[in-house]
Amino acid sequence: MSNRPELLAPPEIFYDDTEARKYTSSSRIVEIQAKLSERALELLALPEDGVPRFLLDIGCGSGLSGETLSEDGHHWIGLDISASMLHVAVEREVEGDLLLGDMGQGLGLRSGVIDGAISISAVQWLCNADKSSHEPRLRLKAFFGSLYRCLSRGARAVFQVYPENIAQRELILRQALQAGFGGGLVVDYPHSTKKRKEFLVLTCGTVQTSIQTSKNEYDESCSEDDNSDDEESEEVGVSDRNRPRKRQRTNTKVKGREWVLRKKEQSRRKGKNVPADSKFTSRKRRTRF
Amino acid sequence: MRLIVHNMLSCNIKGVVNKFPLRIEAEKVTVKEVDFNPDFLRYMFAKIDWKALVDGARSMEYTELPDNAPDTTTLESDETFLRKFHHALLELHLEEGSLVCPETGRKFSVSKGIPNMLLHEDEV
Repeated sequence: MSNRPELLAPPEIFYDDTEARKYTSSSRIVEIQAKLSERALELLALPEDGVPRFLLDIGCGSGLSGETLSEDGHHWIGLDISASMLHVAVEREVEGDLLLGDMGQGLGLRSGVIDGAISISAVQWLCNADKSSHEPRLRLKAFFGSLYRCLSRGARAVFQVYPENIAQRELILRQALQAGFGGGLVVDYPHSTKKRKEFLVLTCGTVQTSIQTSKNEYDESCSEDDNSDDEESEEVGVSDRNRPRKRQRTNTKVKGREWVLRKKEQSRRKGKNVPADSKFTSRKRRTRF
Repeated sequence: MRLIVHNMLSCNIKGVVNKFPLRIEAEKVTVKEVDFNPDFLRYMFAKIDWKALVDGARSMEYTELPDNAPDTTTLESDETFLRKFHHALLELHLEEGSLVCPETGRKFSVSKGIPNMLLHEDEV
């Protein structure tokens, strides 16, 4: 999309029947959503004991991101404000349970029942005031506060966010930390304008020692077709970049025997004490000297 | 909407103290089969409010669950009970009806299996 949808209309109006169907039937969107969901699930760092978890998908839309959760065997609740998107999800027979709700009004879930939460490209909608009653800071506060309450101890929430500017990103992060969350921002592909993805990784309760570092471009083994023009053609080695460029020493020409004989003659005419000429004149000395 | 979700939903209206559980007014109920996973059932049992589950199941005309929460040995060994628990929690679907706040009586409609939890401006 060339324009940001947040600037065009509120989400429940922007994603009407036409837009919801168009969004879901786009194979590029489906692929992107699947990749982002897999990454978010990876960052969620759920314990691998084989027991399915009960997860929350905030801004689930037509269930594209929830399908990744189902493929991993988890059960999930999907929450979205667009009824059209949810109707498309029902048509697609997604396995999760769907709720029509506004995350800016708080989640309305009981305390400590959710094992993890993901959100793909949804939280930045809260930064826009679409109604006169909307106050972005209060809506973010209501959202993060209710999310903190409904997550169980030690659970995580991972949001892929698409902030408009630095101020928006800082607003979202500050409200999350004020609600009691720990954690921060993980940025994949930070140097690529097109491939850059920002994940807000929040932990509820106990602080874990290690947070996974972001992916680098060079970790990718194969490039995607639609991004091949964007990717750099070859790697730049570190050693090449750091080596100082020393200037080459110019090799001056060695003067010959004629030059030496001429110089000795000049010195004799000046009255200096000059050794006699011989066959050894202007020869190199032995190395031992 | 399944009872596993109903067991977690609460009324989000500002100022409401008694938020949970929402009362179910069922107009249409369907049954969809879900894979049986005893580990998940045992895991979720610790989080489930048992009375809310029993009341919700009765509202959807399923009366096989015992009134009192079972103990650990029943959970570990009684597969008949686990089957009933599985059916009530994961297979019953409320397609049409409404959820009623126990304190204010506010009705949240359920349409096509999707509860509408949107609040009006004065309720936020």
